[in-house]
Amino acid sequence: MKNPALIFLGAFLVNNIILMRFIGLCPFFGVSTAVETATGMGMAVIFVMTLAAWITWIVFHLILLPLNLVFLRTATFILTIASLVQLVEMFLKKSYKNLYDALGIYLPLITTNCAILAVTFLNIDNNFNLLNATIFAIGTGLGFILVIITFAAIREQLDLAPINPSLKGYPIAFIAASLVSLAFLGFSGLFGLT
Amino acid sequence: MKRINIFTRGLMKENAVFVLMIGLCPALATSGTVRDGFGMGLAATFVLFFSNVIISVLRRNIPNQVRIPIFILIISTFVTIIDYFMQAYEPELYRALGVFVPLIVVNCMILGRAEAFASKNSVLDAALDGLGTGLGFTIALTIMGTIREILGNGTFLGMVVLGEGFKKSPVIFMILPPGAFLVIGILKALINKYVRKGQ
Repeated sequence: MKNPALIFLGAFLVNNIILMRFIGLCPFFGVSTAVETATGMGMAVIFVMTLAAWITWIVFHLILLPLNLVFLRTATFILTIASLVQLVEMFLKKSYKNLYDALGIYLPLITTNCAILAVTFLNIDNNFNLLNATIFAIGTGLGFILVIITFAAIREQLDLAPINPSLKGYPIAFIAASLVSLAFLGFSGLFGLT
Repeated sequence: MKRINIFTRGLMKENAVFVLMIGLCPALATSGTVRDGFGMGLAATFVLFFSNVIISVLRRNIPNQVRIPIFILIISTFVTIIDYFMQAYEPELYRALGVFVPLIVVNCMILGRAEAFASKNSVLDAALDGLGTGLGFTIALTIMGTIREILGNGTFLGMVVLGEGFKKSPVIFMILPPGAFLVIGILKALINKYVRKGQ
């Protein structure tokens, strides 16, 4: 799986990070109550995800690997991402006020978003080069946005539907997620991707 | 609070997966079979127990402003230990769990217990809390694994339970991702109906 187009499609649809890999479920269920917040969160995720993919790739290949410190991977990556999020937040606040107003409140939540960390680990596990790692991060981020916005729209409708009281809230959201996930299962096998 | 309550609270009343709805990613992703779910549960319990103990030991020495990075660093130490341990002794399980072993480090259940409990309580209490919460998580994953493996593969821990006919054409849907969402949705609805009436 070295073709960049296939890597993108795999990350975007076939192995969708939320519905197929179950990563990033906390923001998925937490933020997907309205389309507007879902969009903001999705934008913040794709932005940080791409930056984090670059930086952790560089840290891993230029620092950890030559110094034989691969066992520090987990600790290094999570601290790198935490400081990156802080830095991005401060930078946006100072230089791009509009962007900060749009993404600001979502940025601190991203440190504990397992989707970011997962992408950086998967980049290393799959032996991607820097270009493929970038494509993988963007594809994954777009897949995240696609699903979170679709699902927010579904949940806005669910709020209005007459639902059995014990199913209200999380249970019906899970069952709806199951149906959306079933639809995404249809993508598996697309261009031979599994 | 009585010591025994600290332990049992995490098992049932404040079960991370079924009641508090945290730590969902590994709960859904690794509960395709009983073995994977149980293994993931034990790995998380190990990390939770030791990180709780160490954080509780150091609680008076950790400066308040930088406590979260320090907690994460302590947690990631134990995640790395279990990561390499599984790779060496349980390679098959390690392959099945994949990226979810290093991802224990961002499991909100573990950081949550560190922040809410271990950093404020004595070592013994923190140890009991870690063990209780971790075992509650393990039980939840094992229950989900049992349901999904029996329906989706016709087996329990690899043993055929619903007959050879069912084994040949099981409800494959249940071991695939949609099945995980469906099982936890239905379990949560049943809990709402029968356990937490009127809440």
